[in-house]
Amino acid sequence: MKKRKLVPFLAITLVASLGVTACSFGGGAKDDKDTLVIASRSEPKELDTAKTTDGPSGIVTANVQEGLYRHAKDGKSVEPALVDGEPQVSADKLTYTFKIRDAKWSDGKPVRAQDFEFAWKRTLTPETAAEYAMILWDLKNGRAFNEKKTAKVEDVGVKALDDKTLEVKLEKPLPYLKNLLAFPMYLPQREDIVKQYGKDFAKNAKANVYNGPYKLVDWKQKQSLTLEKNENYWDAATVKTKKIEIKVMTDASAAINAYTTGQVQVANVGGDFIQKYKDDKEAVAIKEPTSAMMIMNQKNKFLANTKVRQALQLAFDSKEYQQGVLQDKSTAAGGLVPGNVKGNGKDLEKLFRESAPAEPKFDVTEAKRLLAEGLKELGMDKAPELELIGDDTTSAKRHGEYVKDSFKKNLGVDVKISSLPFQQRRDRTTNGQFDLVAFLWQGDYNDAMSYLDLFVTGGPFNYAKWSNKEYDALIKKAQENKSGDSQERLDAMIQAEKILLDEAVIIPEYYRTMTYLVKPTVKDMVFSSEGFGEELSFKWVQKK
Amino acid sequence: MARYILKRFSLMIVTLFIIITATFFLIHSLPGSPLQNAEKLTPELQAQILAQYGLDQPIHIQYFKYLGGLVQGDLGTSIANGQSVTGLLMNGFSASVFIGAQGLILGIVIGLILGVLAALKRNTWIDSFATGTSIIGVSVPSFVLAATLSYFIGVELGWLPANLWGTYEHTILPSIALSFPVVAQISRYVRTEMVEVLEQDYMRTAKAKGISRLAITVKHALRNALIPAVTVMGPLAAGIITGSLVVESIFAVPGMGKIFVDSITSKDYTMVMGSTIFYSVLIISALFIVDLLYGIIDPRIRISGAKE
Repeated sequence: MKKRKLVPFLAITLVASLGVTACSFGGGAKDDKDTLVIASRSEPKELDTAKTTDGPSGIVTANVQEGLYRHAKDGKSVEPALVDGEPQVSADKLTYTFKIRDAKWSDGKPVRAQDFEFAWKRTLTPETAAEYAMILWDLKNGRAFNEKKTAKVEDVGVKALDDKTLEVKLEKPLPYLKNLLAFPMYLPQREDIVKQYGKDFAKNAKANVYNGPYKLVDWKQKQSLTLEKNENYWDAATVKTKKIEIKVMTDASAAINAYTTGQVQVANVGGDFIQKYKDDKEAVAIKEPTSAMMIMNQKNKFLANTKVRQALQLAFDSKEYQQGVLQDKSTAAGGLVPGNVKGNGKDLEKLFRESAPAEPKFDVTEAKRLLAEGLKELGMDKAPELELIGDDTTSAKRHGEYVKDSFKKNLGVDVKISSLPFQQRRDRTTNGQFDLVAFLWQGDYNDAMSYLDLFVTGGPFNYAKWSNKEYDALIKKAQENKSGDSQERLDAMIQAEKILLDEAVIIPEYYRTMTYLVKPTVKDMVFSSEGFGEELSFKWVQKK
Repeated sequence: MARYILKRFSLMIVTLFIIITATFFLIHSLPGSPLQNAEKLTPELQAQILAQYGLDQPIHIQYFKYLGGLVQGDLGTSIANGQSVTGLLMNGFSASVFIGAQGLILGIVIGLILGVLAALKRNTWIDSFATGTSIIGVSVPSFVLAATLSYFIGVELGWLPANLWGTYEHTILPSIALSFPVVAQISRYVRTEMVEVLEQDYMRTAKAKGISRLAITVKHALRNALIPAVTVMGPLAAGIITGSLVVESIFAVPGMGKIFVDSITSKDYTMVMGSTIFYSVLIISALFIVDLLYGIIDPRIRISGAKE
């Protein structure tokens, strides 16, 4: 009988597995003054700035790269970054000439105007299939080239006149151009590096060069990213913290535990923890450029009636929903455009909502009256059951229950809730298979137009299938901005939103807020709601 | 023996092929687009991106292309983040296998000791303790155990890191959390079998021959009692090594479990296929090894059916 035992087999397994993993252990994060550790709620998806689309990637790129402008220390405005002085602007406000300051990439080579031209054109090239290419459509011929229509790459309105001079031509005057230039798609890229790495470009820390306050030195998938101070950064003297570690922690309680024990000093608060921590003295609430609403599908005969929609709009109490169900720091909404979005009128810093206040409305008596009239117009004696589709998450289910309860109680309208997996809910939204859908929209740039153009006739995202000529005309007027008068443009947008709300195309719910926990030892961490909805800037951060 | 191995091996390949085919068509038949931001993309742009991943082609062509790549060892790139599937799986696997193997060994050792002691000291407090432990191990869900360990030992007592990954200390709590169900299963199986074996005639014979109690227990009783435990050990090992979503999330371990679940919810076709294949190979191999181990532990089981 052979004498073999399990023990050696198991021992071999352990030794082998230790061998496999030995290399994956780095040093643990020590709580020292030079290293700041941050918990991120998810893994960055794409660090190639032509293709990036998600918040966590935006946080990384905003700190390792630098464009013409960057989000300023106040978290609200933008400030000059690689641009040297004010640009020259032509009389028709369509041509801008930027001077580029002396700056270097992390490999020591100078940042040139050609790097901007290359990056922007690469994003617009149809083969790049950049999801956010439309953010560059305001460049002359940007859209025509991107959509493979009339223009060629050389027709696109960006050109390096020499190493230090960048000429930008626009389709129409843009009062918010500086804001736009701080967006990830407007960052420069090095042609030689992009070509050298090909498909692997920006897929790991080594496959790119950096010109921002930090450089990416390590990226462990699903685990962590390490940023180190970029000594070649033009403003390196301002950067105080030597190392930033971003830990990927998808579980809300894991992030809180790591924060409590001091393993991380900054953490995003998710799930039910938001209610627990919202008034904590270490909590920071950041208003997102995100508007939450319910969209009513006007392909449904019942919902095509304006009075019916107005009735539903008045029967939803967004204040009660925010205070009773959400219980976080978000704001009950009365309009489409969130409170922190700029109007870009005469005063460029003034917010859209300051010029066009829209208080949440809730009036059951009026709602009942409107519904009765609407039913009469339709020749119906009872409202049909409406299907509300939403995600199969806890918060979406709570939302569904609240809506069902409100409409039943206030109007006697029955709502059937369909909780669907994300992908399915999304497909049914885009295919118009719903009566009501819970919808979140995050603007792409800091201007009310990023919300209002959703609802133009035939627009790809006009899921309400609503059509109004006056609205279309106002949006077109503001978009073309022929007079170049930014106040006129703002007035057109204000009028357009009023029509949208009066016609009850949407039921406004809330403007979303994100909560972060920040240890008191961390100073000058800058949060802004630009870019992809959240941005943390480490340029000025210090640990005491 | 060689013939048996060859036969089992070809069966493994066929099984794998069936799994690959079924998974491929099932995942492609799920409703919903694999594009992450489809809600914000114009139809033209969606078409452009799908074309980049070859997803615009008819399904059977996609299938043969995938098989072609697979034969060359290419699992493709993840649709969700453009990274190589093999690279992502290897990263995740190294973390999962580490805490998994550690948890498994811990679980087996403790499970064996508890099981043997419980059988030898039947109906004493030791037996009750072992039974209690295994009931807890089986019935308490792992998220409760993991969260409790992370909170009390990590946050409240501060003895070990509450979560994150980086040093050896970070692996201890997740391994303990993973070992609980193993302890429970192994100790129950071993106890039940031991009790039966201890009653056998040959045990009495061994005792009569004057063999020491320790030798009887280890050589005669435990060896025979191990067979059912080994049966469950294969799948248990594969399951634990390929990662537990819950334990990995709570301890922020960058492991396989998370990859697997994420890929399904985001409809990341290539990632789902990659992790399914990986998982299948692991389970099939584990079952194969268990079959071979039977022969070693119990010579009465002849795996080759061959001549002596």
